[in-house]
Amino acid sequence: MIYLDNTATTLRKPPCVAQAIVQAMETMGNAARGAHGSALDAGRTVFEARVKLARFFGCPDPSHVIFTANSTEALNIALFGLFSPGDHVISTDLEHNSVLRPLYALEREAGLAVDFVPADSRGKVDYTAFSALVRPSTRAIVCTHASNLTGEMLDLHEIAAVARQHNLLLVVDASQTAGAVPIDMAALGVDVLCFTGHKGLMGPQGTGGLCIRPGVEIRPWKRGGSGVQSYSPTQPAEYPTRLEAGTLNSHGIAGLSAAVDFLTETGVETIARHEAALTRRFYAGVRDIPGVMVYGDFAEVRRAAIVALNVRDYDSGAVSDALSETYGIATRPGAHCAPRMHRALGTVNQGAVRFSFSWYSTPEEVDAAIAAVREIAAP
Amino acid sequence: MLRKTLSLIITFDATVQAMAAESCLQALGLPGRLIPVPREITAGCGLAWKAPPEAQERLRAALENANIPASGYHVLMV
Repeated sequence: MIYLDNTATTLRKPPCVAQAIVQAMETMGNAARGAHGSALDAGRTVFEARVKLARFFGCPDPSHVIFTANSTEALNIALFGLFSPGDHVISTDLEHNSVLRPLYALEREAGLAVDFVPADSRGKVDYTAFSALVRPSTRAIVCTHASNLTGEMLDLHEIAAVARQHNLLLVVDASQTAGAVPIDMAALGVDVLCFTGHKGLMGPQGTGGLCIRPGVEIRPWKRGGSGVQSYSPTQPAEYPTRLEAGTLNSHGIAGLSAAVDFLTETGVETIARHEAALTRRFYAGVRDIPGVMVYGDFAEVRRAAIVALNVRDYDSGAVSDALSETYGIATRPGAHCAPRMHRALGTVNQGAVRFSFSWYSTPEEVDAAIAAVREIAAP
Repeated sequence: MLRKTLSLIITFDATVQAMAAESCLQALGLPGRLIPVPREITAGCGLAWKAPPEAQERLRAALENANIPASGYHVLMV
């Protein structure tokens, strides 16, 4: 199989990831529960992972790296824990449902006001629109780093400048970029960075987290066992315990930690160049095929390793099914949990076939995918 | 070029039902496979069971017998 659905999850991981998980399952107890050797082993592994991720993302304090099951949980924790009735936030049409649905719920149930910076038919935003939407009650800008549908990257420098100017928090969904693009949240001016472990970071599913700038206060989203302050009726106030009730996925975190080692040794810039080259190669190969419509602006140098397209008026599901059944190429069709972006692109009915590349994708795989698209598009 | 054939498409309200259907129908050796839901039916995320139209009654009986609810049985060109 040629696996080109890396935006859903990276299938191939560095071998050290599985090895670390197996070792953790065979040796580790429960982090922060007791002080015997295996509990301390787990505690050390989790702590080391926090230190590595803090360094990796430019988070000034490892205690402000919070582990979650995925980006969605991280975003829910951030969005439900930051805002109060009467607050206003600015988001964008590029967002995934992991941002949209929490915001819509807060709008319906908790008196939050939300405005969206529109995307045009290429999925691009006008950065002046962020400032234009600021009101006295605006608390934050909540945005993705890159569209999961087209790969369009938002310029966080531009957006952070608006946030700074108006004293707003900047909450970023880095699901599509963490591990694939260098991110330094302190240098960028990001206040809360939400990431998942199983995509560009090449760790296991069930891992993710948020990095919080010191000074940003997020209310607990869940409450429960913490291993400390057991007689307190309230969740401890200290990060990370404040946001990590319950036993952590320490086995998965051990795998994620090994993945971060691999990324650090390999170099994220090296990975980004590899993925960008494959993306450009695929785009160059399909853009002029008669009947193929590619979405997004490929004049942009920085973008996530995604190419979304349609072939003629074919159902994107039928194209993806043919790619899988006839050519052994795995892609994702249909609606990509990004309803506002599909409306902007005009692909609500057809959906789109999404090809996405990883460190382990090869030029030969890209060329096979181009040839398959050409055959499917032939009259 | 995509070639379309007249097919039975069985849809489900939830992915868990589609997975249960696959498990049930494969165990019984009945024909078909999971595909992305065709847009003629819905544009949302989801899976459907595609099979030859003549298998409809056998498939329906198997799913009903296993208490696996399908949301629709469609015969169309896909």
